[in-house]
Parts: sequence; structure tokens; C-alpha cells
Amino acid sequence: MNNNACCAHKDPHKKEPEGVSRRDFLGLAGIGVAIAASFTAIAGIFRMTKATVHYEESRKFKIGMPAEFPVGTIKKLDDKKVFVFADTEGLYAISCICTHLGCIVSPTEWGFQCPCHGSKYNKDGKVIGGPAPRPLPWLEVSLHEDGNLVVDAAKEVKKGTKFTV
Amino acid sequence: MSESTQTGINKFVGNLIGIKDSFLGSFLRSRSLLSDRSKAAVMVNNFFLHVQGAKTHINTLRPTYTFGMGLISLYLFFFAVISGVLLMIYYSPSLENAYDSVKDITNVVFGGNLIRNIHKWAGEGMIVFVMFHMARVFFTSSYKKGREFNWVVGIVLLVLTFILNFSGYLLPWDQLAYWAMVIGANIAGSPAEITDILGITKYFDFGGLQKELFLGGTVPGKATLPRVHFFHVMFLPIILVIFLGVHFWRVRKDGGLTKPDEFGPAPVDEKFLALPEKKGGIFPTNKTYGLMELAHGKTPAVDKDIENTVLSWPNLVWAEFAVLMLTFAGVFVYSMYINAPLKELANPLIPENPAKAPWYFLGLQELVSYSAFMGGIALPTLALIGLGLIPYLDREPQHVGLWFSNKQGKSVALQSFIVAIAALVGLLAFVVNFGWLRTWFTDIPQVAIILVNPGTLWVGFVMAWSLFIIKKTDSTRMGAIALFTMFLVSFVILTYVGTELRGPNWDFYWSKSQWPVH
Repeated sequence: MNNNACCAHKDPHKKEPEGVSRRDFLGLAGIGVAIAASFTAIAGIFRMTKATVHYEESRKFKIGMPAEFPVGTIKKLDDKKVFVFADTEGLYAISCICTHLGCIVSPTEWGFQCPCHGSKYNKDGKVIGGPAPRPLPWLEVSLHEDGNLVVDAAKEVKKGTKFTV
Repeated sequence: MSESTQTGINKFVGNLIGIKDSFLGSFLRSRSLLSDRSKAAVMVNNFFLHVQGAKTHINTLRPTYTFGMGLISLYLFFFAVISGVLLMIYYSPSLENAYDSVKDITNVVFGGNLIRNIHKWAGEGMIVFVMFHMARVFFTSSYKKGREFNWVVGIVLLVLTFILNFSGYLLPWDQLAYWAMVIGANIAGSPAEITDILGITKYFDFGGLQKELFLGGTVPGKATLPRVHFFHVMFLPIILVIFLGVHFWRVRKDGGLTKPDEFGPAPVDEKFLALPEKKGGIFPTNKTYGLMELAHGKTPAVDKDIENTVLSWPNLVWAEFAVLMLTFAGVFVYSMYINAPLKELANPLIPENPAKAPWYFLGLQELVSYSAFMGGIALPTLALIGLGLIPYLDREPQHVGLWFSNKQGKSVALQSFIVAIAALVGLLAFVVNFGWLRTWFTDIPQVAIILVNPGTLWVGFVMAWSLFIIKKTDSTRMGAIALFTMFLVSFVILTYVGTELRGPNWDFYWSKSQWPVH
């Protein structure tokens, strides 16, 4: 009864509101701004946890003069985690970090074997067994102006890219 | 002594003599714990006890109903916190000092080795008992009727328990820690397998981002230890405590632990029951209801349960104290005899062979050895979502508070148990003997390995079996029992295989004594 009375009283005076009322608009806008601000803040917090500078060794390093790598060389640079090979077509470097979960592969007669979960690669680094998702990356080899060869472990090149001096 | 003759000195001496009683009285807020009223008051007034009711249903106190699993998990957490605070006095989370400080704790600090062992075994014990507790809650249908969300909170606590353990495992910076960190980081990075297939890794490398946030760089090092340490000693424990609070609060608001709808006390228990006093007692025969009780359920449960309760003080409190003593004795004795492992200083050049994660992750590592992304991220996530959804997919209200629901439930659990063992052992035996897709088709694309591997097949089988049980029994509860039983069996079998039967190169060996020399 009371309800009826109120609405009957209200209806003639109040226009049917079009769209969103001012109060709702301001309220919703306020909530929207608060949500957007929180997301920005959270994104900022996450960004803060991502280091701007890595205090790590450079992944680009000299490996020696070309003369130190005659044809037929197979060399594992332990601390750099790369293999360096030299054949008649040139020099090339293959990473020895398993693409599955980051263990160090060791060379075998037929290629490379990972100790952790049994991934196997052939001599070109192609996956021939186990769970590894990608082939072992071939790394960029270049020549420094002082005559040293340089391997850049951060730069992957196409399989079969061999460097000749 | 009349008022006029009592001097200040007399009053002072009187108070001094009375300190024993007055202090105890002020501490307990009542003079003696002889009447029901004071026994109830001690529960209600005490900060640490008031999360529990003044009276406890005797089903809660039946040892074979809960086996005290949740309580044991809580106590283990307390032990881990106390021992962890002590370890922090000597531990230093820097690359240069971490390993040496742990060696100091183990070999030099008085009692250091024991405290470190207690910390280690209490933490790992949490995993075991949290799992047991989850199994108890599941098999007694205690995730139903208003407790659905608390089950989800429990899953969060389970995950936190795992992460806390894992982050602690990384802190000593020994070979175990380093290679667990490498493997963990690469699992975090494994969504790159998917983005690689889609060809969008260049633009959106989610895996790489996760990996970098975990390591604070591209390889485990200087930046990694401080953030792992922070997570382990601060962030995760605080989150865990908050969720624990919510977990307990909700149990209390849901009326304590679950109990069967029809409950008759055993004759031996009857003499302990807090029978309503005829007159003048604080628990009247005609129970009155607060708003909270009326807000739950459709009608107030008049005359129900009130007759099957006992006073929490001393019945519940003493039982809890007994469990505390037993738990501590267990952890202490175990820690006296079994040392927490500490290997050589981390060496980034030489992976352990086999490089194994801590035991509680070796089930996952077995799955990871099929596919890093599936085994390390997708399947565990799927399993957690599946577990979390159980209360929402099985809403049958019957049989709450009864182990395995009924006869049918027992037989479904047994069948699922046997089928799971047979099928999983068969699958693993096949994989060990014949290899998998890549052994037969060297050029098979990675996407096929990700989608079709023993892990995904197994999860598919578990889901199919549960649906089959639902269809056969016309009961979602039976399907849930099938699913959960198979989950437990998978966890145990995969963990066992990963721990005991996998050797160098993740090859299969019946025992460690057969491992090749290397």
C-alpha cells in the first residue's frame, strides 16, 4: 500500500530516466577508475620485480684466434656452455644447454645426450629422442677486430651456418 | 578484620600472599575450572582457544574419524616456523655466504643440525599430512553443504605447502638446490613450447617472463637467492597464515567438523556427554538459537546434536595436547637420526646425474620427462582445477561424515584403486620398455609430443574412468571417489617411480645399486 502510494505520487513528477543516472554514472566511473588504478599498481609491482640490469657474465665472449681451431676441432668450453666445431666448411658453435630443462648435454658418438631426462640430439643438434622441445641452438660466430673469434650465446643462427675467416 | 583496622600494609601483605590465586584467576578469567560455566568460559575467553566452541561434538573426538591429520599439519607448521626463525639467525641469503652459512649451521652451531633437521622434516611432513588430511576430508564427504569454498581454500593451502617446501630446498645453494632451481626455472619457462608452436614467442614470451621473474635474471645467481629467500621466509608464510585463518574460521562457522546425520554415541562415550542440566545450568535443555545458526540452513535443527556434545575443556584441549606431544616426539626422534641432505657447493658446470627435484616433485618430474610444458605446468594445473571443482560437480547431500559414503563407495574406491595401479604400472612399463613417439618417429613434430604423451593419456584415462563410474552408478559422488582415488594412486606411484626407479639419464633401474659408475 505504502509502495503504491509513493510511486503514484512520484510518477507524474519524475521523468523516466534516460540511460544511466548521474549518481550511477559517477559511482561506476569511480569504481572503474579504482580498478584501473589497482591494475596499474599491480603491473608496476610486477615490473619492479623484473630486474632492469642483470649482473651476469656477458653472453658474448672471445674464444681465441682462428688458428687455434684447425679443421676437425671439437672443443667444449665448459664455463661458457658451448661446443665449438671446425670442419672443412668452417667454424660453428652449438649450445650445450638442453632445451628441455636446462641441464648440460654431453657429447657422444652419435651426437649429444642430456643426463637429466634423457633427451638425445644428433650431431647437428636435432632432437632424436626424449622430451626436448627444440633443437640445440646454433650460435653466432664472428670475428673481433683484434683477430679473435667471438661467440654470442644470446644470438641464435640458422642450423648449418658456418663461419669462415 | 574490620575496615577500620585494616591498614595499607595489611592489605598489601594480603594481596601479596594471594598473588598465586589472583594472578591465575586473572589469567584464566575464572577462579577454578570445576563448574561447567567456568569450563565453558575458559574456551570462550581465551584468545587461543576461542576459535573452538565451548562444546565439541563427540564425533570430532573419535580418533578414527579424523586421525588428527589437519591438527598434525598445523603443529608441523608451528615447528617449521619456530625452527625456521632460529635458522634465520645464522643463514645468509647471498651467493657468497649461503652455502657456508648452512654448513656452519650443520657442523658448528650448537644444536644447529638438529634444528635444521626439524625444519626440514617438519616441512616435508606437512606435505604428507596435508595430503592425508585432504584425503580424510574427501573420503568423509566433508566438502559438502556449505563447505565447498573451504575445500578450495584447502587446495590453496596444499599448493602453498608445496611452494614453501620447494623454495626452502633452494636456499642452501648446494648442487641439489642449484639444479632444482635450473629445472624449476625452465619449467616456469616451458609455456614457450606453446608460444613457439604458435610462432608468437618473439612478441609474447610468457614462459620467458615467468622464468625471469623467478630467477631475477637469465641464470640462477646473485639475484635469485634474495628473492627466493624473501618468498620462503616472508611472503609465503604470511599468505599461508592468512589462508589458515580463513580455513579454521570457516570450519567453525560451518558448525565444527562434519558428522554423520544419524549419530549415536558409543555406550562407552555416554558417561562423558555434557547432558543438559535440569535447572540453573548454562546449557538449557531447550536450546535457543542465535542469528548465525538460523542463517545457516533452512530450519534450526531443534533438539539435534545438543545431546552428543562434551565440554571442549578439558576433552578437546587434552586430545589436542596429546596430538601435539606425539607430533613433536615424532619429528624430534626422526630429526635425531636422519640428517637433512647437503651436497657439494653449487656447480653450474656439472649437473647432477640424475638431477632430481625433491621427492615430492619427482612424480611431476616423471611427467616432465615426457613433456616439460604438459608435465610441469598444464597437467598439474588441470589436476588442481579438477580437485578444486570436486565440490561443485558433486553436490549430492547424502552420506556426509561417513568414510567412503557407503558400501558402494567402498567398492568404487577399491575398484578405482586396483584399476589405477594396474593401468598406470602397465603404461609406465610400456614406456620404459618401448619408449614413446619420438623413439619410433624421429621427425615427429613437438606439438604431437606435447599433446600425446603418457601423462596426457593417463589424465584422459582418469577422467574417462570417472565419467564411466558416474554413468554406471548414477552418482556424482561415486565419480568423485573414483577420480580422487586415482589421483592419490597416481601421486604415490609416479613419486615412487621418480624417486626410486629412475637413475642416470632418467633411465629405468630397479635399484640404485645397478646405476652405472660415472
